[in-house]
Amino acid sequence: MEYSNLRRQAAYMKKSLFDQGYLDEQFYQLEELQDDVSPNFVEEVVTLFFRDSARLISNIEQALDKCPQEFSKLNAFVHQLKGSTSSIGASRLKNECTRFRDYCDEENLEGCLKSFQKLKREHAVLRQKLESYFQLLRQVGPVEKATRPSM
Amino acid sequence: MAAGDRRWWLNRKAIVVLWMAASVGIWVGLHCYIRRVSMRKAEEVLVSMCEERARMLQDQFAVSVNHVHALAILVSTFHYQKHPPALDQETFADYTARTAFERPLLSGVAYAQRVVHSERELFENQQGWTIKTMKQEPSPVQDEYAPVIYSQETVSYIEALDMMSGEEDRENILRARATGKAVLTSPFRLLGSNHLGVVLTFPVYRSGLPADATEEERIEAAAGYLGGAFDVESLVENLLRQLAGNQDIMVNVYDVTNTSEPLIMYGPQFPDGYMSFSHISMLDFGDPFRRHQMKCSKKPPIPLSAITTPSGVFVICMLAGYILYAAWNRYDNVKEDCRKMEELKKQAEAADVAKSQFLATVSHEIRTPMNGVLGMLDMLLDTNLNLTQKDYAQTAQVCGKALISLINEVLDRAKIEAGKLEIESVPFDLRAVLDDVISLFSAKSREKGIELAVYVSDRVPEILMGDPGRFRQIITNLVGNSVKFTERGHIFVHVHLAEHSNMFMDAKVERGLNGLSGEAKLTSISTVFDTLSGLEAADRRNSWENFKLSLSHEQTWPHSSENGSPYDNRADKVTLMVTVEDTGIGIPFHAQNRVFTPFMQADSSTSRNYGGTGIGLSISKCLVELMGGQINFVSRPHIGSTFTFTAVFQRCGKSVGGDTKRTLSEALPTCFRGMGAILVDRRPVRGAVTRYHLQRLGISVECVSTINEVLNAIQGQNGCLRSGMYSKQPFILLIEHDSWGTKVDVCLRDQLLQLKENGCIPEMPKVVLLATSESDKMKAGSNVDTVIMKPLRASTVAACFQEVLGMGKQQSRDRPKGSAFLNGLLDGKNILVVDDNKVNLRVAAGVLKKYGAKVECAESGRDALSLLQLPHKYDACFMDVQMPEMDGFEATRQIRMMEGKANEKNRNGEETLAEEGFAMAEWHLPILAMTADVIQATYEECMKCGMDGYVSKPFEEAQLYQAVAKFLVSDS
Repeated sequence: MEYSNLRRQAAYMKKSLFDQGYLDEQFYQLEELQDDVSPNFVEEVVTLFFRDSARLISNIEQALDKCPQEFSKLNAFVHQLKGSTSSIGASRLKNECTRFRDYCDEENLEGCLKSFQKLKREHAVLRQKLESYFQLLRQVGPVEKATRPSM
Repeated sequence: MAAGDRRWWLNRKAIVVLWMAASVGIWVGLHCYIRRVSMRKAEEVLVSMCEERARMLQDQFAVSVNHVHALAILVSTFHYQKHPPALDQETFADYTARTAFERPLLSGVAYAQRVVHSERELFENQQGWTIKTMKQEPSPVQDEYAPVIYSQETVSYIEALDMMSGEEDRENILRARATGKAVLTSPFRLLGSNHLGVVLTFPVYRSGLPADATEEERIEAAAGYLGGAFDVESLVENLLRQLAGNQDIMVNVYDVTNTSEPLIMYGPQFPDGYMSFSHISMLDFGDPFRRHQMKCSKKPPIPLSAITTPSGVFVICMLAGYILYAAWNRYDNVKEDCRKMEELKKQAEAADVAKSQFLATVSHEIRTPMNGVLGMLDMLLDTNLNLTQKDYAQTAQVCGKALISLINEVLDRAKIEAGKLEIESVPFDLRAVLDDVISLFSAKSREKGIELAVYVSDRVPEILMGDPGRFRQIITNLVGNSVKFTERGHIFVHVHLAEHSNMFMDAKVERGLNGLSGEAKLTSISTVFDTLSGLEAADRRNSWENFKLSLSHEQTWPHSSENGSPYDNRADKVTLMVTVEDTGIGIPFHAQNRVFTPFMQADSSTSRNYGGTGIGLSISKCLVELMGGQINFVSRPHIGSTFTFTAVFQRCGKSVGGDTKRTLSEALPTCFRGMGAILVDRRPVRGAVTRYHLQRLGISVECVSTINEVLNAIQGQNGCLRSGMYSKQPFILLIEHDSWGTKVDVCLRDQLLQLKENGCIPEMPKVVLLATSESDKMKAGSNVDTVIMKPLRASTVAACFQEVLGMGKQQSRDRPKGSAFLNGLLDGKNILVVDDNKVNLRVAAGVLKKYGAKVECAESGRDALSLLQLPHKYDACFMDVQMPEMDGFEATRQIRMMEGKANEKNRNGEETLAEEGFAMAEWHLPILAMTADVIQATYEECMKCGMDGYVSKPFEEAQLYQAVAKFLVSDS
């Protein structure tokens, strides 16, 4: 009883993540890649992502603090971040990255700073949400293969 | 410009003056000529008149002279040859008075006797009076006398006067007796009337004078003289009075015996006024000694015609000149206007182009911020909103979307008008496009309970070259309209070859004569029509009668729908005829002619009730025309509309056929080939559509109209011994929702169970219910294995069957699209993935592993290079483009260089290797770029540095498949 409750809760959580635009189709594709050989593929990738992205964000922060700013370098970092975000399907982060890159192209420092703050905020929110989601999933156990919620 | 203008003006003035001068010249010339001609004519008239008068005067004169002659003979006869003389004064006066009418010209006649002086006394005694002179005095002594003895009463005052005493008379007498002829005096005033006159004197001889007597003999023989006074004035006046036209003409008669001094006999001495011309005729009054002439003169006729005619010509000339001038002016004006028009036209055209460009630009510019607005609205909807706020935001979003679609349409229209819209030509699968469109509208059609169906003739090739996007746009627009305006019944899209459609249209006409009455009866008896939904359609073409014809026609043609028959390849071009039929509200007749005009809907209430702008159909029309076709429609209010359009496509070349077919059409599963199905459907058209979709899956279909016939079909004629397909393998029973009922299903199930027990069928057939709306779904009881919601699509049908038959597990675990092929292609292949982003690397590896590939990863270009030292085991390499240190392009370049060197070495060493019987293939590792932004520039750079293709990140299955399929050969 409790078990199915948890499952429902997890499914609801995921749905709300999708509904609010944190995640997109790519996330399903990741889930589909999860099979008997690599049962925790998604979590693995997501963990990898957060490790990687934390590094990138600190890189970006440094690049922003440095004066004068090297926008090309900044751009490269943000591009990498964007690649990662699109791979896990974190669509809101990805959009923010796109905006950030636009500001970089314009060499608009103010915009970059604003965008970076937003990016960091989004990043934190996503991290928190996904962590609690995986927490829940671990409680449910590896039995259930994630399926798409019916839209 | 101004100088030229002035010169032109001068020119024009000069021409006007010249023209005037020429006209005046013509006037003068003409005037002179006509004047001369009229003068000559007047002169001729005068001459003839003058001659006529002269002759008449002469004749009259001659008549009088003759009479006087006769009197002379009378006197001679009765006075001298009778003794005693028979004549006396009384007799003479009487006679002459009575014969006076014979001599109208003579005022009177008298006879004077010759008396010599010796006889004077005797004579005076005899007569009783003395001879007197003209002055009434007794005559002095003379040699001889000529006293008047007889006189007419009118001149009785001259009796006893001696004629010899008057100068003229004496001369006259002397000449008359010398010549023996009548002689005349010169004109003088007569005694009585004071008129001008002449005296005529005639000699009377004693008898016996020969005709050729000499002068002396004549003088000797003269006995007396007969004289008469001619009143010339009254003579001529009388004469002229008898003739017409005497008033114009002035007549003078002269005595010209003395030529230097003509004596006037008649007419005014000094003619008044100017007499321009005159004529002189000679008169012969019988006196050889005197000469007379008549002079006629006339006032010159006023030459009216010589003025009017040239004036007329002058006026005509001036008019003609004016007309020419006006025409010239007008021509100039028109030329100028024309030039202005041309200029305006150019401006207008430029403005039109500018307008189109403006529209295109503006709508493009509007779209960009609108996307922002919509995105923001999306995000707003994701936040915590209360119900009202949510409603507002949703409304705003719907409006925004409508605006975007309108702008897109306007942009399309502007592009078409600016001539910028180009129709591309790429291979595409028509059936897949139609399926897509249908699925777009499936939700709406289900909601309304409308039957939405597609049918494509088998003879339409699977792959066509054309513009799928634009084709889809047309179909979407037409079907969208139909869905919008249809509340019940059906929407039916069907596609045929155009020439083929014409054929069965002809066939219809042929049999129309026979079929007409039957058809009419049918319509009157029942309201069910042979269409998809049973409702009447505007155009009868889709009715079962025709449809059957077309189907049977297809069967008679020897062909296969698979990879084309000889017939299919005969022509390069395929003309398709697409019909979209609905049973909606139809288009009112009055609005039918402006259906294709942009922004025109049937009436204003339409847009109120149904929304929309009415630009769609005009765009569709343009697109159809760009595709080389035409669009038409038949519509009847409250019955429905049928839009038909043709479009020309190209057949796809054989060489690319296989490949593209696999990639373009979403590969339908082949696992149903050879299966059988029985379809229960009351409506033949609907049945045909269902059959079409099932046949695309390779399922052969038997169609029956009621459930009861199903059993017959299974059992065949000879019970359960039928050796048909149903006895060997499972089959599917498809039932239309309107043939289904709660009673029927139990009955059917029992019978099927019974059959199974009998061994007629190997297992229970799967029962599938075909439903149009959600409410139909409710009808499905427990006896139905699954329900397929219409509209039918081959892929949805396939998915359903897989589920029902339980055969989908192994294949349909993933999405059916392309997965199987990718599995086949990538299974067991060694693939290197290069990406500096760990997350991306992990994901890409995961995807490729899923398809069975053995994946190795490298985190930088350098690592990849070291792994790819020749010889290596990799079948393909996926390379990220942007990497630190060495990016994907550079890495690829180096790999290619390496391969190039190795290949050269191989070629050099080929001979030795060949001896060992070991041929080495050239090294060429397929390298695919992974990139997030797939733009043309990136693609070109990929190709430039030696890459073989690219895939977008994150992987999309279809694209991945397309990219990989080019290089990897499937093992299976």
